[in-house]
Amino acid sequence: MASPLNRRLFLSGTVGAAAALGLAACGGGGDEEPEVAEVDTADFPEGSTMAKLADAGKITIGTKFDQPLFGQAGPDGKPVGFDVEIGKILAGALGIDADGIEWTETVSANREPFIENGQVDIVVATYTINDTRKEVVDFAGPYYVAGQALMVLVDNEDITGEDSLAGKKVASVEGSTPAQYILDNHPDAELVNFDTYSNCVTALINGQVDVVTTDNVILAGFVESDPDNLKLVNDGETFTDEPYGVGLAKGDDDFRAFLNDTLEAAYEDGSWAKAWEDTAGVVLPTPDPPAVDRY
Amino acid sequence: MGTFLIEREMLWNAFSTTLSLAVISGLLALVVGTIVAGLRVSPYRPLRLVATAYTEFLRNTPLTIVFFFYVFVTPSIGFAFDYRTAATIALTCYTSAFVAEAVRSGINSVAVGQAEAARSLGMSFRQNLLIVVLPQAFRTAIPPLISVLIALVKNTSVAGAFGVFELFAMSRRLTNVYSADVIAILLGVALFYLVICIPLGQLAGRLERKVAFAR
Repeated sequence: MASPLNRRLFLSGTVGAAAALGLAACGGGGDEEPEVAEVDTADFPEGSTMAKLADAGKITIGTKFDQPLFGQAGPDGKPVGFDVEIGKILAGALGIDADGIEWTETVSANREPFIENGQVDIVVATYTINDTRKEVVDFAGPYYVAGQALMVLVDNEDITGEDSLAGKKVASVEGSTPAQYILDNHPDAELVNFDTYSNCVTALINGQVDVVTTDNVILAGFVESDPDNLKLVNDGETFTDEPYGVGLAKGDDDFRAFLNDTLEAAYEDGSWAKAWEDTAGVVLPTPDPPAVDRY
Repeated sequence: MGTFLIEREMLWNAFSTTLSLAVISGLLALVVGTIVAGLRVSPYRPLRLVATAYTEFLRNTPLTIVFFFYVFVTPSIGFAFDYRTAATIALTCYTSAFVAEAVRSGINSVAVGQAEAARSLGMSFRQNLLIVVLPQAFRTAIPPLISVLIALVKNTSVAGAFGVFELFAMSRRLTNVYSADVIAILLGVALFYLVICIPLGQLAGRLERKVAFAR
């Protein structure tokens, strides 16, 4: 990183300077990484999680490795996507650059245990904020609000929304919130669960199921890759709210406030929008950033 | 653990699905595997070749791919099964290859003199195999066969990924709803697999003692 002479925490007010310096520091690589703040550990309260992480210069972030647009690992094993960019923004505010981030794959079932056991410092993994999860972990954000949508074959006209699911074969992933929503709200639909969304799509293309349901962002990735066969019902109309938050250890309120501040700063200075446009924004329109929920 | 009490009905559904998948495909695999093992020691080369190809192909293919074949590939060429049937077929095919190998090792352990004696008495290959060789072969094959069946019980969990609601699929559904009890739920599910597998192991021990006496 850059010289240790001018160690100051850049806030949104000095974005221009920080961006310039950040680019200079990254120099030559050509890769545009989110800016990394110059942080003095003393800026953080002693003993706080921020001080510890900034001191170590390392942070472990859990994310999905199989979620197109949000967190998907390439052949080199490094994940890319919107969640990954958010992770970099948060790490950057602690003075940790992309090399100081250790990415750990978290699947839906192990996110809470990983946080509780300290195997990861934070989780940014299309992680829906809800009350059961809040019993064991805390959430900063939301930084994006996804919603459940439906995907069908392009020539399908009889599925027009969630109210036309009765008697239809609906595919989703076992143990996912969208699958549970169908179980709870549309017991007359015939739910078939697979282990991955790609298997759901195979079943849809084979004609073994009528519709695939999950969060709009995931479906958008599939439609993008196969627009000749697949489409979103009503242009991706959503019928639930899935606020994606940043998971962290329960009770670490200072850290949560810090993450919320960082997210809000990223809304202000445009880095949130830039992260979106570089990743999920390729397929989906850029939404307004959701209001951070400081519960 | 309280979760399991709340979800008794779901648990019972999932457990009985796992159990019936294991029992049905276990029995079918024993039959198919024994036939394949018989073909493999057959005096006719084409039969030996077919049996060898069957065993080697299935034994060396990941189970998920076998599942994928029966769940997604066969429907696209016109043979559609419901998910449970497809799972049973996939598990049977996969397991029968291992059964065939276990039985073949049993056949190889039977002294050559036995088959020779049967042949000199004028028995056909079929009689020789069914009356003389296989009964002795199964004695030695019991421990590896039980290992194969225990592996089958655990392999049923792959069905959860292909539209069948069994124990493993249930654990995924429950961990989503009761995210605070992930560890307890997974431990509980492991326990239900033990409930099936441990008696199998004990059965093996008992059978072994019984045939040891007969020998």
